[in-house]
Amino acid sequence: MKARTRAATILLTPFFLLFTAVMVVPIGYAVWLSLFTEKQSGLGFGGTETVFTGLDNYTAALGDRAFREGFGVLLGYCLFYIPLLLAGALGLALLLDSALARARRFFQLALFLPHAVPGIIAALIWVYLYTPQLSPVVQAMEAGGIGFDFFSPEGALPSIINIALWEWLGYNMVIFYAALQAIDRSVLEAATVDGAGAWRIAFSVKIPLVKASLAMVGLFTVIGSLQLFTEPLILNKGTGSAVTSTWTPNMYAYTAAFDRNDYGLAAAASVLLALTAALLSFAVTRLTGRRKAGTAGTARRERTA
Amino acid sequence: MSGPRTPNRWLSKTAVNGSLLLAVVYMLFPLVWLLTAATKDAGGLLAGNAFSFEGFDLGGNLTRLAEYNDGIYFHWYLNSLLYAGVGALACSFVSVAAGYAFHVYDFKGKEKLFGLVLLGVLVPTTALALPMYLLASEVGVVNTYWAVLIPVLVNPFGVYLSRVFCAGYIPDEALEAARIDGAGELRVFWSIGLRMVMPGFVTVFLFQFTAVWNNFFLPLVMLSDQKLYPLSLGLYAWNSNAHAEPDYYPLVVTGSLLAVVPLVVAFVSLQRHWKAGLTAGSVK
Repeated sequence: MKARTRAATILLTPFFLLFTAVMVVPIGYAVWLSLFTEKQSGLGFGGTETVFTGLDNYTAALGDRAFREGFGVLLGYCLFYIPLLLAGALGLALLLDSALARARRFFQLALFLPHAVPGIIAALIWVYLYTPQLSPVVQAMEAGGIGFDFFSPEGALPSIINIALWEWLGYNMVIFYAALQAIDRSVLEAATVDGAGAWRIAFSVKIPLVKASLAMVGLFTVIGSLQLFTEPLILNKGTGSAVTSTWTPNMYAYTAAFDRNDYGLAAAASVLLALTAALLSFAVTRLTGRRKAGTAGTARRERTA
Repeated sequence: MSGPRTPNRWLSKTAVNGSLLLAVVYMLFPLVWLLTAATKDAGGLLAGNAFSFEGFDLGGNLTRLAEYNDGIYFHWYLNSLLYAGVGALACSFVSVAAGYAFHVYDFKGKEKLFGLVLLGVLVPTTALALPMYLLASEVGVVNTYWAVLIPVLVNPFGVYLSRVFCAGYIPDEALEAARIDGAGELRVFWSIGLRMVMPGFVTVFLFQFTAVWNNFFLPLVMLSDQKLYPLSLGLYAWNSNAHAEPDYYPLVVTGSLLAVVPLVVAFVSLQRHWKAGLTAGSVK
């Protein structure tokens, strides 16, 4: 048995060392940093000194309108983006899973392909497609009488939601499709024999059976949405832009650190963002009543015990 | 194809496949635009007729891309290959080793430790970038290859996936047989476990490669020397210049197209692996 313990230790150590170095320590360091502020010492020469200021950075961040507005933007983004993503991805998966669909392999690959495009490049492409002088889309829309200014204050949120949907619809569709394919076919046959139509089966049998996947995708989407940064950064084109440099909390933290060199404030903003993520993860997990931990592992242990 | 039910069925079939086709058009349209836009000079691009051959100059774009600033673009390309290739390879080893240990061995507090890994999956990584930057500057690795390479070695979700794959691919009997033959535990991992879980290894590698190739926030925070930039950051820098200098537009567009190619090729040729990854992630 000793040999096994030794092997387990050797195999687990690299991961947990790195895990500690790039996750645990930075979290702790962020909390630590957020409690200090750099102040000009005395007469302004002799550099700066770091002073313990307790929760001042947190009150400063929460007291800053730009930071609060960032959370407002995030809330609006989540309220539209998450339902659209879940419904869209699940809808596409159900279509693909229906007996009527053809060329399933092709559809799956084609819909998944945007995931191969780096977020920054996806945002660049779409910004070009939003730019009236460059874009065949905007020109076609104007010709059709539905002109839309993607860079206006009202256009900012839809513009960004569209980019995010484009990036993530296919990816999550594949997850849902895999879950649908895993449904025991005899259950579906029984429903058909009972006289249920395709719609009825989709809503009363299939969707309830892939709830766990819906919850998981929902959870990861919430966490991803909170970190919104790249797409709005590309839409932020300097002064006068509808998307400001502090448009989301993550952008606020970045600006605080690298434009204003206020690391304490940036750390406090990051910690608040991570706390929000933790709270929301907890809420989503509770709400959907899912058990964590590897079920496969537990089953195995019971067998060997 | 006649009878009372067929028109209805034909209609449904058209509706289903038509909707899917519409979704495909939405997904592929931006990529087709990128492809045609990359063939145009600045004038043709700014004229907006992306789907005509006006101002066709793909050769010129590629030459300018290769020559601009002493070929910095392909320097970024190599950097991206290095970060994503080396980073993902090492990350897959670390993840599979840990996942294998979680699957094969029993020890005290195992599920608690695994719970910690699952918690790690939920950490919003961009919130860690800033403290990581400050830590890296204290250690003196800011603005070096290490600053981007080390953080991408950790992927808790990769450990989760590896454990699921090990459970699926490695039968206990195979390990037992090797032990009876007198192989030590690490030997069993190296020559039996790792070999059997290879399809899972490729899946973890593919997902991590994609994640690192697409990584933007971490290099943005860590790197200031253009020579160390990956593609994502370099293209971002060029795009920022394009507002003032329209000559950058064709560079950005053609550069973006070439940056997308490796992953598109990987996803088309490794379909089995990304499907396996997303399946293992979805069916718990």
